Amino acid sequence: MKRIQRTTRVIGDADAASLGIAMAADATQKQKKGGGDGDGGGEKGGEGGKKLAKKGEALKEEMDALVDEIDEVLEENAEEFVKNYVQRGGQ
Amino acid sequence: MAIPKVMGTEIEYGITVKNDRDFDPISSCVLLVNAYREEQAAKILWDYDQENPLADARGFQVDGEKYTPNQQENIARNKTLENGARYYVDHAHPEYSCPEVTNPHDLVVHEKAGERILEFSRREATAMLPEGTLMLIHKNNSDHKGNSYGSHENYLMDRRTSFKQIVEHLMPFFVSRQVYSGSGKVGSENRGQPCQYQLSQRADFFETEVALDTMVKRPIINTRDEPHADREKYRRLHVIVGDANMSEYSIYLRQGATAIVLAMIEDGAIDKDLSLRDPVRSIKEVSHDPSCRRTVELASGRQLTAVQMQLEFLEMAQKYVASREVAPWAADVLEKWGTVLSALERDPLELADRIDWVIKQVMIERFLERKGHDWQSPQAQMLDLQYHDLRPDKGLYYLLERQGQVVRLVTDQEITTAITEPPEDTRAYFRGQCLKRYGDEVFGVNWDSISFGIGDEPIKRVLMAEPLKGSKQHVQELLDRSKTAAELVKNLRA
Repeated sequence: MKRIQRTTRVIGDADAASLGIAMAADATQKQKKGGGDGDGGGEKGGEGGKKLAKKGEALKEEMDALVDEIDEVLEENAEEFVKNYVQRGGQ
Repeated sequence: MAIPKVMGTEIEYGITVKNDRDFDPISSCVLLVNAYREEQAAKILWDYDQENPLADARGFQVDGEKYTPNQQENIARNKTLENGARYYVDHAHPEYSCPEVTNPHDLVVHEKAGERILEFSRREATAMLPEGTLMLIHKNNSDHKGNSYGSHENYLMDRRTSFKQIVEHLMPFFVSRQVYSGSGKVGSENRGQPCQYQLSQRADFFETEVALDTMVKRPIINTRDEPHADREKYRRLHVIVGDANMSEYSIYLRQGATAIVLAMIEDGAIDKDLSLRDPVRSIKEVSHDPSCRRTVELASGRQLTAVQMQLEFLEMAQKYVASREVAPWAADVLEKWGTVLSALERDPLELADRIDWVIKQVMIERFLERKGHDWQSPQAQMLDLQYHDLRPDKGLYYLLERQGQVVRLVTDQEITTAITEPPEDTRAYFRGQCLKRYGDEVFGVNWDSISFGIGDEPIKRVLMAEPLKGSKQHVQELLDRSKTAAELVKNLRA
């Protein structure tokens, strides 16, 4: 803590401008108040239709499994959690 | 010619401690940021001396008290990280400001690294809490009770571009870009029109067109004029209208399209007037319409949907990019921007694998349907909230990501690297490397300076007024021949 209580003091100029970084010419002056997939086509009927229906079923199963997985991790007491979730306003 | 669009984001996260009746957000935030242990960050000050959040881009200074914490408080609330980021306590929220980057891809990488850093510290902090309690962090913007907190974007701009021009062209752009940058929200708040689901977390909170405020009467365009760089040459456009995005695609497009439009404004390449009759009303109308079919009224009397407005911007951007040399990443942004707008025109649900508000909407809909709940149920709100939960095993966005349900644009390896390594092509490289190499002697940091306390000598402050300098290319040789901070300072002065 001791170290950080020193104040910034004037130091010499330095030109490292080519680097875009430079020593502050007068650091004291700056110390004012320091401190601080798409869904595919819609083909219907016939062989293609059956295939699509099958594909649709598989997709639905996959989605149902996903929903069940979400349900497993979803906060159990949703009502209370949502009610208690209060934040202070920020920026 | 437009200047390079150096960019960064500042995300305020929601914080809560489950099962803690005496939950105090500020002390929880302090516990959180201090739980992230990078050796040097524990004693480096954030240098408030050069900050001026009360300067207004319209050319005046606003009255008010500048916040300057005492040193102990300063250190407790501010961490500068080796990746060049600032991780700190802002009011009652933990905030992560990513290091300066030069393109939307790196922005996604570094914003995502921020999520992991918050999650890492959340775990550490929870271990220090009483048994039975659990700290939770959400990358969202509202508690659904009228309290909002921000996700801000920053873009480097040429000081010579008039702020009036920026306002004129950005207003219709910001009102309409929600169609791909919204994070989605169940219901409305802040006296907004009741709705089942809307595109944006934040739209309900915008009450005025242009102002300096960020916490009350929020403006669509914020006028804070604090460049954190050479103020004769640059301004830093501070964007407060955006949502906290989980989707990499939404983050990428939000940043990329905005940066291109800003470059076009600098180059006078926007030749259509899309000014809105009532932007504050329109931003809510657009947000409250997941069909993306509703039109808003332009000052000219024309009626356009938000997607049509974005298509007008895209068309101008395509002409702009074709006619001059632009950033190498622009072509990819234009392609993705076009793909997304076409899908939105056909059916927004086509974007259920990439745009946040659609991913969330489809997830909630499927859940409600299968489990027999409705949009007014606590489950709907819980799903909304938990989409933004940073826990990898419980956060619903991450679950969808793990299941391959969402498109990724960056790799886990890139994100992991960005947790500890600064970008190489901005001054963030110099900042991060100084922390890595001379951390013991780093006294204080701000975006445009780093100061050293060497032995008993006066503090020496190095200024970094050029955001693109201090890159690896610029300083690697200097760093390599400076074994100590004293040598670095000596070499800089030579």
